[in-house]
Amino acid sequence: MIGRTRKIIMAAMLALGLAGEASAADAGNWGAVVAEAKGQTVYFNAWGGSENINAYIRWAGGEVKSRYGVDVVHVKLDDTAKAVATVVAEKAAGKSDGGAVDLVWINGENFAAMKREGLLFGPDWATKLPNWRYVDHETKPTVLKDFTIPTEGLESPWGGAKLVFFHDSARTAKAELPDSAAELLNWAEANPGRFSYPQPPDFTGTSFLKQVLIALIGDKAKLQKPVDEATFATDAAPLFAYLDKLTPLLWRQGKAYPQNYPDMKQKLADGELDIIFAFNPAEASSAIANGELPQTVRSFVFSGGTLGNTHFLAIPYNATAKAGALVLADFLLSPEAQLRKQDPRIWGDPTVLALAKLSAEDRSAFENLDLGIATLKPDELGPALDEPHPDWMTRIEAEWIRRYGAAN
Amino acid sequence: MGRPISKEHEIAARRLNANTLLALILGLPILAGIAGIILPAFGYMPALGGVRFTLRHFAELAGQPHILRSSLTGLAVGLATTCGAVAIVGTFLAGFAGTPIFSRVQHLVSPLLAVPHAAAAFALAFLVAPSGFLLRLVSPELTGFLRPPQWLLPNDPLALSMVAGLITKEVPFLFLIALAALPQLPLRQSRQLTAALGYGRLSGFLVSLWPALYRQIRLAVFAVLVYSVSVVDVAIILGPQLPATLPMRIAQWTADHELRARFLASAAALLQLGVVLAAVLIWLLIERLARLALAWLTYSGRRLRNDAVPRFISAFAITACAALIFLGIAVLGAWSVAGLWPFPRALPAELTLQTWLRTLSPLWPALLVTMALALLSAALALLCAILLLHRNGAADRGGDRPHHRLLYLPLLLPEISFVFGLQILIVSAGLKPAFWSVLAVHFLFVLPYVLLSLAAPWRELDPRFERVAAGLGKSQRQILLSVRLPLLSRACLTAFAVGFSVSISLYLPTLLIGAGRLTTIATEAVALSSGGDRRVIGVYALVQASLPFLAFLIASLAPQLLFRNRRAMRT
Repeated sequence: MIGRTRKIIMAAMLALGLAGEASAADAGNWGAVVAEAKGQTVYFNAWGGSENINAYIRWAGGEVKSRYGVDVVHVKLDDTAKAVATVVAEKAAGKSDGGAVDLVWINGENFAAMKREGLLFGPDWATKLPNWRYVDHETKPTVLKDFTIPTEGLESPWGGAKLVFFHDSARTAKAELPDSAAELLNWAEANPGRFSYPQPPDFTGTSFLKQVLIALIGDKAKLQKPVDEATFATDAAPLFAYLDKLTPLLWRQGKAYPQNYPDMKQKLADGELDIIFAFNPAEASSAIANGELPQTVRSFVFSGGTLGNTHFLAIPYNATAKAGALVLADFLLSPEAQLRKQDPRIWGDPTVLALAKLSAEDRSAFENLDLGIATLKPDELGPALDEPHPDWMTRIEAEWIRRYGAAN
Repeated sequence: MGRPISKEHEIAARRLNANTLLALILGLPILAGIAGIILPAFGYMPALGGVRFTLRHFAELAGQPHILRSSLTGLAVGLATTCGAVAIVGTFLAGFAGTPIFSRVQHLVSPLLAVPHAAAAFALAFLVAPSGFLLRLVSPELTGFLRPPQWLLPNDPLALSMVAGLITKEVPFLFLIALAALPQLPLRQSRQLTAALGYGRLSGFLVSLWPALYRQIRLAVFAVLVYSVSVVDVAIILGPQLPATLPMRIAQWTADHELRARFLASAAALLQLGVVLAAVLIWLLIERLARLALAWLTYSGRRLRNDAVPRFISAFAITACAALIFLGIAVLGAWSVAGLWPFPRALPAELTLQTWLRTLSPLWPALLVTMALALLSAALALLCAILLLHRNGAADRGGDRPHHRLLYLPLLLPEISFVFGLQILIVSAGLKPAFWSVLAVHFLFVLPYVLLSLAAPWRELDPRFERVAAGLGKSQRQILLSVRLPLLSRACLTAFAVGFSVSISLYLPTLLIGAGRLTTIATEAVALSSGGDRRVIGVYALVQASLPFLAFLIASLAPQLLFRNRRAMRT
């Protein structure tokens, strides 16, 4: 009798377990995913600070609605860490399903933190998406390694990014432009107060620090590993010696900093800054199209290379609409969506697809894109420098705040 | 004989219980919100592996660079703002209450309360920055500047621009609260009396009416103090950055990618509580000193008839607040239709409706949610405030009971950590992030402000009206509905408008409790303001400001209409 009861309970548990398996979306079984996704609402948590990006996400939501019956709600964040905070709070409350975040736009330290805390949906779903076959994971190593952390298919690549500098050719002649971190310092000496970077921990600001670190550090291999506390002071010494010299030459003598890169864009238009930078090569062209920057703004990079990385889409472990999130992630990876994203009139974000893997028709569409007057051609963008391990970012930020955090 | 008395006692006891229960229902989430920061501050947060109580995070906090300076800057900003705002409002009321200038300024200043703090701060920044409108007006003709000069403004290290920005917003708030209390004071009689005794306008008001008036606006003054000590959004836009004020750094830590920074943030939130406490204690000291000074003035018998200069200064300051914000909003409006607008051009090079067209269609749904939240939460809060005050008044005319003070706690805690604690509570209660849970949290934040602006006029209403009604055999409810509420209709409308505008500007509670699924104008505006595009900021700031503006317009005009036949009710 007791044995029988136990068997029934076991069977019930198994059935429940199986039921759980069946409802968890499996990207390997795409037909089932699409069927399950129909009627779901995907809460897509993505930075909402740029109206052209928001418009692009609205378009994608409309397409996914009409093709797959999936509703997409863009949850506009001012900082991706807020979405991470939501998932953390849910985990704190023991809410392991029915979570509020279905898909999140992410990379770098936010991904590293979510992966470390076990907050991500897995295992490997990204490489099982139908459109993964077009992804350039051979020549773009950052697609598989997010700031040196292996993605392991826990996030799907969405777009590429590369640090590019902008200047107004009406004010600054092309011949004067710096071509390396060291030349930038010389330029700042000749033009005090006309360069700055967003105040760390702003993402773009810290990226500038990393750009300088990569250029000046003795042993670049160290950057691919977590920080070695014993040698950190010596490793980072050239960076901070550089910053000590640069800071008094910055905008407002380094006593205040721009908030973020759109703020720098505004300051370039106002004439407060002469050289600014962003993580999107098409930023200047789309800003010109929007009337935010004058027609005379142009782009440039350092011939020794600038920082490059990839941004991704990830699904929290407790997402409510996992199937819908998979469908949206796959759609955003499609040649059609990627082509539209790379159009500078829409957004201008570089694709993560390999043109060679596309159909002839799609390939020529990519090749015929007008990238805009202020955008460098892909072959003019120079080498991409690898992102250091996220550990470096954290340590350099902390050190930056300690050294320059009380400039007044 | 004994029976009816005990029955009366029973009724009174039941009434008290209902009162306590109500306060508890409202107070519990607030206590949970506090627990939500206290536990992690001492290391307890199982989700992040914190299961043992420890003081480590406080040690870590003490080791943060420049933490003392950050705390002191916030403290100084709060005290300076409160002193400035109280001085301006007090002097202006003393100098002009009852004069024609007063009612003109009143209509000028009232709409300012509607402008969200962030929008006002942006407006000020757009005006005074080296690339701002004021310098564009005179450049290059007067200044010779072809490019913006390297002035550290805003974000100056002494936080002067931040204090200025806060004062421009807190003056209208205090002014309006004082305005709601003013009809309860014998203004004309005191004016006549002190004038007959040979006092100047200022000194006459100070010795006769100020103590009673200050008592009525005192809680609002403390709200101003606590708010300006803990403010985040204004600090981001106008405040010093290196180092930033403590609340701003807490905000950064709560959003830190290093999730363990949340322990640090919670510890810092407790420190912030200490800073707030220190500010309150210092303010109590200032109050005591001011009382001594006033007593000295009264007993010395000095008439101080030559008060034209301070009166002029207060009138100038209060008009300047209005002028700055109105001009700033006009500049925001200009940016919202600007194409390219390079320095030093005073006007945009080209005008375009592109920004509005791009922004309006995604703005509609957010606008509806915003309106629904604001109307419902303000109405609920007003109802609840009336209920609480009425029951309290019936049980004990002595004023605020301890559990009522609980309701003011949201005003005494830095919003960011308090809401983080609440978020954990709501999720663990199994509630889905939905309109209703966000409404409940809005209600929590709105209620204290509504109660604040209603409590003083409620208590100060001349009790003889009700005594007469009771003597005529009217029931408690009849007295409430037909005597008290009509007499207090201006105060009620003001309280509703205050609640409405608080709801409109709530950002963090909406974002965290709604898990970002509920978009309001405030969440949209702050998300976009992190993008820094002045054009889009212009659109959202205008929309956000125009909503409460309507509410205040109604609050200030309705009594004129309702009581067009009753002169004493219109002042």
